[in-house]
Amino acid sequence: MDLGIFCKSTLDGEAVDHCFSAIFGITKNADPSYLDWLFKAWGWTLAVAGLSLVIALILGAVMGTLRTLPSESRLNRSLVKISTAWVELFRNIPILVQVFLWYHVIPAFFQPLKALPSYLLVSIALGFFTSARIAEQVRAGIQSLPSGQRAAATALGLTISQSYRYIILPMALRIVIPPLTSECMNLVKNSSVAFAVSVPELTLFAMQAQEETSHGVEIYLVVTFLYALSAFAINRVLAYIEQLSRIPGFIASNNEVVAH
Amino acid sequence: MFTLDLSFYNWELFSNYILKGLLFSLQLTVIATIGGIIFGTFLALMRLSGKPVLVYTASIYVNTMRSIPLVMVILWFFLLIPMMIGRPIGADLSATITFIAFEAAFFSEIVRAGIQSVPRGQAYAALALGMSYGQNMRLIVLPQAFRNMIPVFMTQTIILFQDTSLVYAIGAYDLLKGFEIAGKNYGRPIETYILAAFTYFIICFSLSKIVRAVQAKVAIIR
Repeated sequence: MDLGIFCKSTLDGEAVDHCFSAIFGITKNADPSYLDWLFKAWGWTLAVAGLSLVIALILGAVMGTLRTLPSESRLNRSLVKISTAWVELFRNIPILVQVFLWYHVIPAFFQPLKALPSYLLVSIALGFFTSARIAEQVRAGIQSLPSGQRAAATALGLTISQSYRYIILPMALRIVIPPLTSECMNLVKNSSVAFAVSVPELTLFAMQAQEETSHGVEIYLVVTFLYALSAFAINRVLAYIEQLSRIPGFIASNNEVVAH
Repeated sequence: MFTLDLSFYNWELFSNYILKGLLFSLQLTVIATIGGIIFGTFLALMRLSGKPVLVYTASIYVNTMRSIPLVMVILWFFLLIPMMIGRPIGADLSATITFIAFEAAFFSEIVRAGIQSVPRGQAYAALALGMSYGQNMRLIVLPQAFRNMIPVFMTQTIILFQDTSLVYAIGAYDLLKGFEIAGKNYGRPIETYILAAFTYFIICFSLSKIVRAVQAKVAIIR
């Protein structure tokens, strides 16, 4: 075990004066060390995961809600069908294949996408993939509410959109935070597929640095630790949000909604 | 605008490039499911045994596996196995070992939940009848637990089948790789990626329909 490898230069493998030579500007014009590279890679992982998280949460909440619309009008029925198709489509194709679709295939049909950098395309792919899973959690959360809630909203004369906005969603979105937490942690882990389209994130760093230095164990250990740390950080943030949004006396421990 | 041309996709291409990958992906899924269920059951029994050493060993193993990205687990095994046995090991074998070890952690959580879903009275009744721990598990608890777990097992197997595409990281020849190589050799990468997505979708979608049917059946029996 020799963690000193992180203080070596990525160019000639010699030890550098400061491990953080380039990234904090400690030494001007110094060779970047493996530690610099590692931290940049971590930044890419967090950027991809963060961006796709935003996409996944928004799309997932919308699609999950649409799937539960009452089948009163033609519009509602078609919205249910569209959102169901969305979930089935993005759930049944492996994430790596979806990444390749967004990177190689879709830009061939939509020229403007060709200008996008690969990390954006990967974020879209990850976001859409995860949105299908989040939509299922949101749907399960909405369906776990007692049907009396919806009936009471209708009896009060609320329209469908009003009953969703004021009655159903405020409850359902609180209920789904625990299952969402594990989806978000999965998202951080899944961001590792970005290596396949050469986004310079942690996994790609691990593969390349392992080959260059033959200190694979040390490098993998640190990368693995950073993934676990990032997932844990997301876990804590969502636990905090859950606590903040809790309504006293309500859904204190609603563990049954955790769906598969 | 790009125009699709699927005319190059014929039986010859399928049997030369795709079939080998498809068979490897399926083989990996089946072996990892069976191996995962066997080792996962042992892990679950360890965690429920109440003996601190066993409980902690199993918990650390399961939680570690569950908090690392699968790609990293694949890379870890590909790095560590040759180091331990002192000679290189093929990507296929490495992938198989990795998936058994990785899935064991996930299946153990399912088995644990399944065992806990069996009413306590069943285990107490078995004890009252004078059964040993082994008999109790083998004859009373596990058969009921496994029936409850069947739909979840199958869902996990679908996820596993999708995850097998990640062996891309170590260059094993799976279904996705088969399509990719065919695309390169025929100069039609875009079409082959679409076909790959289509193939995975058909397989996973039909499996998930079957799971839903089984789920309905099991639910009635329960």
